[in-house]
Amino acid sequence: MSALASTAVTDLAAYTTSTGEAVQFWVLGTVAVIGALCTILMKKAVHSALCLAGTMIILAVFYLANGAYFLGIVQVVVYTGAIMMLFLFVVMLVGVTAADSLKETIKGQRWLAALCGLGFAVLLTAGIGNAAITEFNGLGAANAGGNVEGLAALIFTKYVFAFEITGALLITAAVGAMVLTHRERTERALNQREMAERRVREGKHLPPLPAPGVYARHNAVDIAGLLPDGTPSELTVMQTLRQRGQIRDVSGEALSDLAALEQRSAERLGRDREQEASK
Amino acid sequence: MENLIALLVAAPLLGAVVLLCGGRRLDKAGHWLGTLLALGSFVVGVVLFLDMLGRDGEDRAMHQHLFSWIPVGGFQADVAFQLDQLSMTFVLLITGVGSLIHIYSIGYMEHDERRRRFFGYLNLFLAAMLILVIADNYLLLYVGWEGVGLASYLLIGFWQHKPSAATAAKKAFLVNRVGDMGLSIAIMLMFTTFGTFAFGDVLAATGAETSGAAAPVSEGKLTAIGLMLLLAACGKSAQVPLQSWLGDAMEGPTPVSALIHAATMVTAGVYLITRSGAIFNGAPDAQLAVVIVGAVTLLFGAIVGCAKDDIKKALAGSTMSQIGYMILAAGLGPIGYAFAIMHLVTHGFFKAGLFLGAGSVMHGMNDEVDMRKYGGLRKYMPVTFATFGLGYLAIIGFPGLSGFWSKDKIIEAAFAYDDGIRGWIFGGVALLGAGITAFYMTRVMLMTFFGEKRWQPTPDPHKDPSAEPAADGHGGEMPHPHESPKSMTIPMIVLAFGSVFAGGLFSLNESFVKWLEPVTAFEHPHPVISVPAITGATMVVLVIGVAIAWFMYGKRPVPVTAPRGSLLTRAARRDLLQDDFNHVVLVRGGEHLTRSLVYVDHTLVDGVVNGTAASFGGLSGRLRKLQNGYARSYAVSMLGGTAVLVAATLLMRAV
Amino acid sequence: MNPVNYLYLASLLFAIGATGVLIRRNAIVVFMCIELMLNACNLALVAFSRMHGNLDGQIIAFFTMVVAAAEVVVGLAIIVSLFRSRHSASVDDASLMKL
Repeated sequence: MSALASTAVTDLAAYTTSTGEAVQFWVLGTVAVIGALCTILMKKAVHSALCLAGTMIILAVFYLANGAYFLGIVQVVVYTGAIMMLFLFVVMLVGVTAADSLKETIKGQRWLAALCGLGFAVLLTAGIGNAAITEFNGLGAANAGGNVEGLAALIFTKYVFAFEITGALLITAAVGAMVLTHRERTERALNQREMAERRVREGKHLPPLPAPGVYARHNAVDIAGLLPDGTPSELTVMQTLRQRGQIRDVSGEALSDLAALEQRSAERLGRDREQEASK
Repeated sequence: MENLIALLVAAPLLGAVVLLCGGRRLDKAGHWLGTLLALGSFVVGVVLFLDMLGRDGEDRAMHQHLFSWIPVGGFQADVAFQLDQLSMTFVLLITGVGSLIHIYSIGYMEHDERRRRFFGYLNLFLAAMLILVIADNYLLLYVGWEGVGLASYLLIGFWQHKPSAATAAKKAFLVNRVGDMGLSIAIMLMFTTFGTFAFGDVLAATGAETSGAAAPVSEGKLTAIGLMLLLAACGKSAQVPLQSWLGDAMEGPTPVSALIHAATMVTAGVYLITRSGAIFNGAPDAQLAVVIVGAVTLLFGAIVGCAKDDIKKALAGSTMSQIGYMILAAGLGPIGYAFAIMHLVTHGFFKAGLFLGAGSVMHGMNDEVDMRKYGGLRKYMPVTFATFGLGYLAIIGFPGLSGFWSKDKIIEAAFAYDDGIRGWIFGGVALLGAGITAFYMTRVMLMTFFGEKRWQPTPDPHKDPSAEPAADGHGGEMPHPHESPKSMTIPMIVLAFGSVFAGGLFSLNESFVKWLEPVTAFEHPHPVISVPAITGATMVVLVIGVAIAWFMYGKRPVPVTAPRGSLLTRAARRDLLQDDFNHVVLVRGGEHLTRSLVYVDHTLVDGVVNGTAASFGGLSGRLRKLQNGYARSYAVSMLGGTAVLVAATLLMRAV
Repeated sequence: MNPVNYLYLASLLFAIGATGVLIRRNAIVVFMCIELMLNACNLALVAFSRMHGNLDGQIIAFFTMVVAAAEVVVGLAIIVSLFRSRHSASVDDASLMKL
């Protein structure tokens, strides 16, 4: 590890980077930008989260390339490993099916946002270009005693107060999250009899919900029962399937069957009439 | 002695407060309390009068300063009283006649369940009227002025369950407001002109002007003040053009008509003009206006009085006319002030007596007021007949009685207005008025007490009042005329004494004129024709008036339903079309003015205002869209703002 | 290659993240975009650290990560409770500021 580090250190001290790093930058940088774009453009939150995780891993590689070994590892372990998983967890909790429709509801918001984002990027780029950074000291000297040791020395001396306060902040955040999401049960849970009585009192869905399937021709749980007019009744399938959008609709089939039946009977009646007429 | 002045006001004021706040407990004794306090005030007045007599003419005025009312920089208003000979005359008249009418009311209002309230109002009136006449500045006078207006309103509308009474009260109040506006403007003008409104300072300042001394006040300003005071007097004293309320005010109980609308309150205008004599002396144009108003009203009231069948309304017309005499006299300047006040006092006696007599008649006739349904009452009500008759003789100016002495002097003074045509005109009008007075009073007398009985059964109040009264008496009760109780007849007798002797007493050695001279100044009038000739002419006119009345109403039977009459009669029955005039000119005009103002308001003012509001509203509505509540929108503006800041920073560095 | 390219990449990622915050309605995705912006900043800080030759930039990036972790904890808790009360994770649904 130390040998590897020392060679990297000599590399990093240079004003220009090695060709390997350049290749790595251009390849991974492109992927990172694509991942970022996918994060904001993917329809489902899960996909966004995965794309973001990818971008973050690439950023971890860049940290390593820039001599921030500790941060690189932390980025992978804490950010990608813990925080993004937390994100995924919340996505699942909130409802994975809640696909975010990308249709814009606020008039002009998308164009304005794109314009602002683009303008901001251009401005930042112009600012960086304008700064004319010509000198890169490299981290060779700073990382000489080891990156982690260097950081630790700084954190526990120069930045010790900031460190302590940040720790307090973290604790506060943890407590705050608990306060926010904790729900006190102020009353006893209802038992089955009371729930039944309440249902009677409210007067809706007194009998059990209707069963799925249509006239016993389908008994799959994901097929909505048909109402007398041929339209499917959402109530007959379970809520989870409904939310996932995994309901199969057979109403068109049933209606066309009905139409065919009527046509057949009409033809038959017509034939009977013809027979009567011929008699 | 000065400390007693406040007691004059305090006694009736206390009565009013106690009676109006005391509640039902006082129902039994309330009227006695009210009467006693009125009498107490009268006794105080008499004591002060005797004290005043004991001093020289110039030292008789007394002052009492109670407290500073509104001390604000240069604006100093005090509650202070001034009792001089003029005020003293009024105090005695008000408390004296007032006390008599309190006594009379005990009998007259006996069956009214709200008698305590009635006496409370009467006491309130006395207090306000006393404040009016003994105030030592115009602002305090204004307080009394409004106070009597309030009391008048309350008393006219005392029987408020009658819509006519309620309407009459409102009418009186509204018409009086016009006059009150004049008084308030006059007081404001005084303050801007003189910087004060105390009688002494204001009148001294105007006096200095007339004598050509320092601090000249332009005649124009004095004329303006004078005209505004005249407007106030017109409102309160029912002079043309603000006369229309007096006839309707007869809806109030008869003692009220006698006290307020005959003897005292309606003469407040005369008091105001006499008190402000110095201002009018400095403004001849205003004086001429006063004289014209007086002359017009004295004819107007007399003509109205000739046509009315309602006994109280006939007397109201007469009141209007007699006050016209007083205003006329007050407008004549120093030659007339004293006679105006003298006629005021004698008129207070005989007109109050006449009203009380009318009340007594109504009391006996089931509250019937139509004289065509009276007739032949002299046998049934001898005391009323006698006192009414003496009052009648006094008012028409029968030689030797009160009216003769005071009215004759006014006619003389009117002829002395100037040497030219105006003297003749005003004198002639006053003379003609005397004749008409004789006519209508004789008419009242004949229709009420002489001739056949034309009594009608009163309509049963429980039946439809518009139904024909049944001839056999089933529809109602035939009146049973009877003499009134002692509490009513005694005040009438006292007033009759006043009607007979007051004038002679005042004229004895010109005592009344000398009494008032320190306050109002006095000059002997020099009529265009000799005094005996005027007296003779007055007598002739008087006899002619009486004779015509006798031919029309004495010799011939009086029809129960009024004949159609000539155009003038019909107009006079409708108060010479005053209400129609008011309706057409003021009400319609006001309506049109209001409508056009409303139109302007709706289109122009509202247009501008609403237009501004609408433009801002529209702008806001558009701006509001920016505040759509979406956090993302706000975030866009944040990012945009950041971009602008970065751009600005870069630009600044580049430059 | 000039290491300043890392800064260009960082600014590009930051702008993409900002745009994502503005155009996405799902609160969770918005949160991810914020994380993306924070990460872009971190990249810039690391690059700065290399530029200056000392570790202060990395320290700040480290603190940024800690604060980001705290922020994620609270933010996700808010989203969860919001979803519980409104049955929606859309930021547009919480538009009570509208008149």
